[in-house]
Amino acid sequence: MNGTAGSEELSRKGPIRSDDWAAHVSRIRDDKDQAAFAELFRHFAPRVKAFLMKSGADAALAEECAQEVMATLWHKAHMFDPARATVATWIFTIARNRKIDALRKQNRPEPEDLPWGPAAEPDQEDVLTLQQETQALGQALAELPPKQRELIERAYFGDLSHSEIAAETGLPLGTIKSRIRLALERLRHEMK
Amino acid sequence: MKTPQIKHHLTDELLMAYSAGSLPEAFSLVVATHVSLCDECRARLGSFDTLGGAMLEECGSAELDAGALDATMARILEGAPQVAPKEKPRKSRGVFPGPLQDYVGGDVEAVKWKPVGMGVRQAILPTSHDASVRLLYIPAGCAVPDHGHRGTELTLVLQGAFMDEDDRFARGDVEVADEDLEHTPIADIGEDCICLAATDAPLRFRGIVPRLAQPFLKI
Ligand SMILES: [Zn+2]
Ligand SMILES: [Zn+2]
Repeated sequence: MNGTAGSEELSRKGPIRSDDWAAHVSRIRDDKDQAAFAELFRHFAPRVKAFLMKSGADAALAEECAQEVMATLWHKAHMFDPARATVATWIFTIARNRKIDALRKQNRPEPEDLPWGPAAEPDQEDVLTLQQETQALGQALAELPPKQRELIERAYFGDLSHSEIAAETGLPLGTIKSRIRLALERLRHEMK
Repeated sequence: MKTPQIKHHLTDELLMAYSAGSLPEAFSLVVATHVSLCDECRARLGSFDTLGGAMLEECGSAELDAGALDATMARILEGAPQVAPKEKPRKSRGVFPGPLQDYVGGDVEAVKWKPVGMGVRQAILPTSHDASVRLLYIPAGCAVPDHGHRGTELTLVLQGAFMDEDDRFARGDVEVADEDLEHTPIADIGEDCICLAATDAPLRFRGIVPRLAQPFLKI
């Protein structure tokens, strides 16, 4: 930072919009900002805990893992790329990996990295497009018929295969598969 | 080594389960290996992760312990967790993409093949026991014994190609077979075929010799 960056520095440390989670993460990355972390924590940690409990963890294990997930977010803030994922998506992937490790006690093979790697300076247009698409997806998800939505939720959070869902709900496997397919088609349609 | 002409891709069901973290490790390895070769499935997987993020936002919240934030801050100030993050860039130039090389301990030449008869060789890779995954080496023009499936079988081609009754599968292509399918894959005559195959149930071989051999092959 040179001398002229002073005022920029100041404004960067000013208030951030409470729902601009990407700005919170950069604050944690650049300034080790505990206040920004606390806001992120209050929003996401209870959700991560709920996700882990729906996946079969008891309350104590879910609490432990939720804290670990949030600590990982702090340590890996420099890895976050807002042009590739929203903060919610990024936290979901960290929580998902923690679930495989702590609940299922398995390794998770990860795909090779993309050749271009994380961009040094994310393209603002990409960041905006991604945020808009994610908002549209959240909206579309909220508007799904309850029966379709519930099956998607179980497939994500219940940690059940489609045939296990079939055994549990008493619905034929074909019905479950076609409801999930319908739900995904609707979501895709909304995303266009 | 990208493979732009891939014709047979992963299903939504598999990509969604991989994104949710509910696939057996053996299947996850096939998914991660295919995605390393396939930009289309990488993009589809990205949208399933996005869906996971949207679900996380909407799935409700559970009350945290009193002092959870302070406990987490204390955890953070203790320093980075001991589990070293895999941050080294991985980009394989060999026949095997990165995730598969991690399991083999190198590229093709590092595989410890065991003969299973009729010129076919295999190497079972170490994963959790809810499913199994192996590399298969099928000499050009040879057949994998005729078999049906009790569960799901994923077969990803890494070198050469194989044909079954309906289709041809080349590098990067993945065949998703379930109970309904009975097939006799035959390696293309051009080149010896190497595949990565995962199953969540033992294969049922038709021929008497392969069936007798089954316990020894650990299929
Ligand atoms: Zn694909
Ligand atoms: Zn088969």
